[in-house]
Amino acid sequence: MHLITNLEFSIMSPEMVKNLARVRIVTSELYDADGYPVEGGVMDPRLGVIDPGLHCRTCGGTIGDCPGHFGYLELAKSVINVLYTKTVYQLLKLTCKKCNRIMVKDIHLEGGEEAIEDLRIKAPLKCPYCSTKQKKVTFVKPYTYYEDKDELSPDSIRERLEKIPNGDLKKISFSGGRPEWLILTLFPIPPVTMRPSITLESGERSEDDLTHKLVDIVRINQSLKENIDIGAPEFILNDLWELVQYHISTYFDNELTGAPLARHRSGRALKGLVQRLKAKEGRIRGNLLGKRVNFSARTVISPDPNLSINEVGVPEVIANELTIPEYVTPGNIKQIKDMLKDNKVNYVVRPDARRIKVTEDNKKDIMEKITADWQVDRKLQDGDIVLFNRQPSLHRISIMAHRVKVMPYQTFRMNPSVCPPYNADFDGDEMNLHALQSEESRAEAAALMEVKDNIISPKFGGPLIGCDLDQISGLYMLTQDAAQFSREEAAQLLADAKIEADLPEREMFSGKDMFSLLLPRELNMEYKTNKGVVVIQNGQLKSGMIDAGGVGAFKGRIINKVLKLKGSDAVKDFIDRSGRLGVAYLNRRGISIGLSDIDLSPEIQKTVRGEIDKSVAEANSLIDKYENDEISVLPGLTPKASLEAQIMNVLANGVSRVSDIVGENLRYNDIIQMAESGAKGSIINTTQMAAVVGQETILGKRIKRGYLRRTLPHIRPGDLSPMSHGFVARGFKHGLTPFELFWNIMNGREGLMDKSLRTRKSGYMQRRLVNALQDLKIEFDNSIRDANGFIVQFNAGEDGIDPTKSDWGKLNWKEIVEKSVGK
Amino acid sequence: MTFDILAHELVPKHEILSKKEKEELLARLGSREEHLPKIYESDPVIKVIKAKPKDVIKITRKSQTSGEAVYYRIVLRG
Ligand SMILES: [Mg+2]
Ligand SMILES: [Zn+2]
Ligand SMILES: [Zn+2]
Repeated sequence: MHLITNLEFSIMSPEMVKNLARVRIVTSELYDADGYPVEGGVMDPRLGVIDPGLHCRTCGGTIGDCPGHFGYLELAKSVINVLYTKTVYQLLKLTCKKCNRIMVKDIHLEGGEEAIEDLRIKAPLKCPYCSTKQKKVTFVKPYTYYEDKDELSPDSIRERLEKIPNGDLKKISFSGGRPEWLILTLFPIPPVTMRPSITLESGERSEDDLTHKLVDIVRINQSLKENIDIGAPEFILNDLWELVQYHISTYFDNELTGAPLARHRSGRALKGLVQRLKAKEGRIRGNLLGKRVNFSARTVISPDPNLSINEVGVPEVIANELTIPEYVTPGNIKQIKDMLKDNKVNYVVRPDARRIKVTEDNKKDIMEKITADWQVDRKLQDGDIVLFNRQPSLHRISIMAHRVKVMPYQTFRMNPSVCPPYNADFDGDEMNLHALQSEESRAEAAALMEVKDNIISPKFGGPLIGCDLDQISGLYMLTQDAAQFSREEAAQLLADAKIEADLPEREMFSGKDMFSLLLPRELNMEYKTNKGVVVIQNGQLKSGMIDAGGVGAFKGRIINKVLKLKGSDAVKDFIDRSGRLGVAYLNRRGISIGLSDIDLSPEIQKTVRGEIDKSVAEANSLIDKYENDEISVLPGLTPKASLEAQIMNVLANGVSRVSDIVGENLRYNDIIQMAESGAKGSIINTTQMAAVVGQETILGKRIKRGYLRRTLPHIRPGDLSPMSHGFVARGFKHGLTPFELFWNIMNGREGLMDKSLRTRKSGYMQRRLVNALQDLKIEFDNSIRDANGFIVQFNAGEDGIDPTKSDWGKLNWKEIVEKSVGK
Repeated sequence: MTFDILAHELVPKHEILSKKEKEELLARLGSREEHLPKIYESDPVIKVIKAKPKDVIKITRKSQTSGEAVYYRIVLRG
């Protein structure tokens, strides 16, 4: 085996062009009268095959296995390679016109071509070798050179470059061949396989852009040659040469500054070689880095809490189109024949690799002929493993494996609990689905990628998947002491929630009993919630209400514990069932909020007003002090900044006092319960609705922008009062004044801008980081090394802990000891 | 005026491994010298502790995740 130590890219020499070529191109004609390609034309059959069924005249291969073959064109006059005009310019400037030495002594550059371009040495006035005085060389885009006033022809430039000694070139680190190769004398004609023509429905041939360009080049070159042969006047030759140079230049790059765009007959700009490679849709970014795949589907997603988190609902139309290859064996031939009968097979593949579409007509015939060496492409069915993905795929859990459930209608269905890892919602989000095509890929997906095996986040070590919203509200209310069920009611609740469980022989059941049915017997734990302590003994919920800290995504402690105790299938069932139980209970109890939920009694309203007025008055007195130069200046701040800081502080304290009052005095209702349980909302939201919105800010400061020394034209210049700088002194329930509404909207707009700017910036940063770290790997000794074996960390994460198997990144040593000692 | 940079709170503990310790480390890692993280001879701490090229330095520093973490670097010329 040989190790590649370096690669060198270089320009082709005329010899290389000639050696590479199989055909000399002599005519611009493409096809003869009968429609056959003309020999010696740019569609010469020896350049490769693009028609199915034909054999290549050079290599004998058919479409697909003939790689295509180059031809060449002898140029009547040499032409500058536009992609290297800068290099040629540098060389011309540095080359003595008499002795052809590079006119820099005692210099050794490293870094190749870039170095030459960087070598912005002013062209020496005198040659250090032969002392000849030099003329000034100038370059005019796109491809003209002058020496003083005289135009330099490519032929004369080539002559000069030819005479530069190799030693001099080495000195300026010129690599990749001889400089005269930058001036073309033989022009390579690329194989037809890279510029295939397409036959339109009308039978007419439509040629590739490059072919059009090549025809022009060959035609003008031919005419130039003939004119030279008959001794035509100089200006005619010059015009023709100019045209050849133009066509060859735009063939390379049709976005040259200074040259008009080469256009198709229809007026569309032709694509040059550079355009094929460049930009988003170019070969690199469009084809090599971004590939399209078969066996995939994309549609809108919608929620279905009755599906398991491990499942995905696939519309029938999609399931019927996507296929999975299945090998026919003596063991499964009966089932395969049944599938054929039930129209569950789209294609069959015979041992001779012939692929036959199954239709109603040939079905019977195929069922008779099919044997154990055939293969069938069968439709997607329930239980198949597929990959499910939502862009942007920022982390590995943006692509997970799900089990198919074929369903009616047009959308992919998913359990709303799997939204967080995908960052999905149902406001029109679309997702992609991939049907895995090999046993290996399906086995790998089943072992590593299923949702149930990715519940714990590798980032923070807590569950990414759990109950949310109504599921939490429901469980919170269910596990309150007030919830009591007769045996019949309990059975009904379980049926509603589609939970199979044995009810103990008893007449009455509490909500806690009902929730306990979902817990494993071995579960023992205790944790604090907003209200009291949750105690679970031997899988029985003894006290406390189940909230987001127990079963929610990101925080659910019970989820983590169940996973460690019983494994991934058990948590999957636990999450599925607790979500359904919560919603089922909520459906009977009902949940509703109304304006009266944020009503405060007249007395409390008075206290609230009093608190707000008091803090506004405090702020105003600070302003008075400031205006009388009596303000206490904070360390490191100007008097004005001190005032601002103190005003913000005073107002924030007022709002927080109001928040406490609201928290204590609102009637216990569903809004409070939702905030308490962590389902949705917070006491701050409630305060903003019921009592006071508070200070609106821009960049963390009181609102200041607008007019000269004031925020709005209605306000006196220099007014510093809370009301004129973004303080909203009432709640959303009361309605905002026009000023207040304006402050609120300013703040809202800032949030919107901030969000879009931040996501773009952080997305790009993350992409760069991922790119830099992509080949790092944790070895078996827990060290992190890159692809070359360089050590990055000696112990992964410095603590050697796999977050996925931890409690929020920490080891629960107490639990581990108890488990190993046996309590 | 000289300043003892080793006493600065942001400078972690640097120790030069003995020849035997170095061999043991490389054997434990199943790795070669050139795969170790680097530190230059010109590094202020290396100058102070007078480590030579090819010496391996054991750095014991504070860690957010584990409290204390050990890192090794090989001294390079330059
Ligand atoms: Mg959305
Ligand atoms: Zn061929
Ligand atoms: Zn000279």
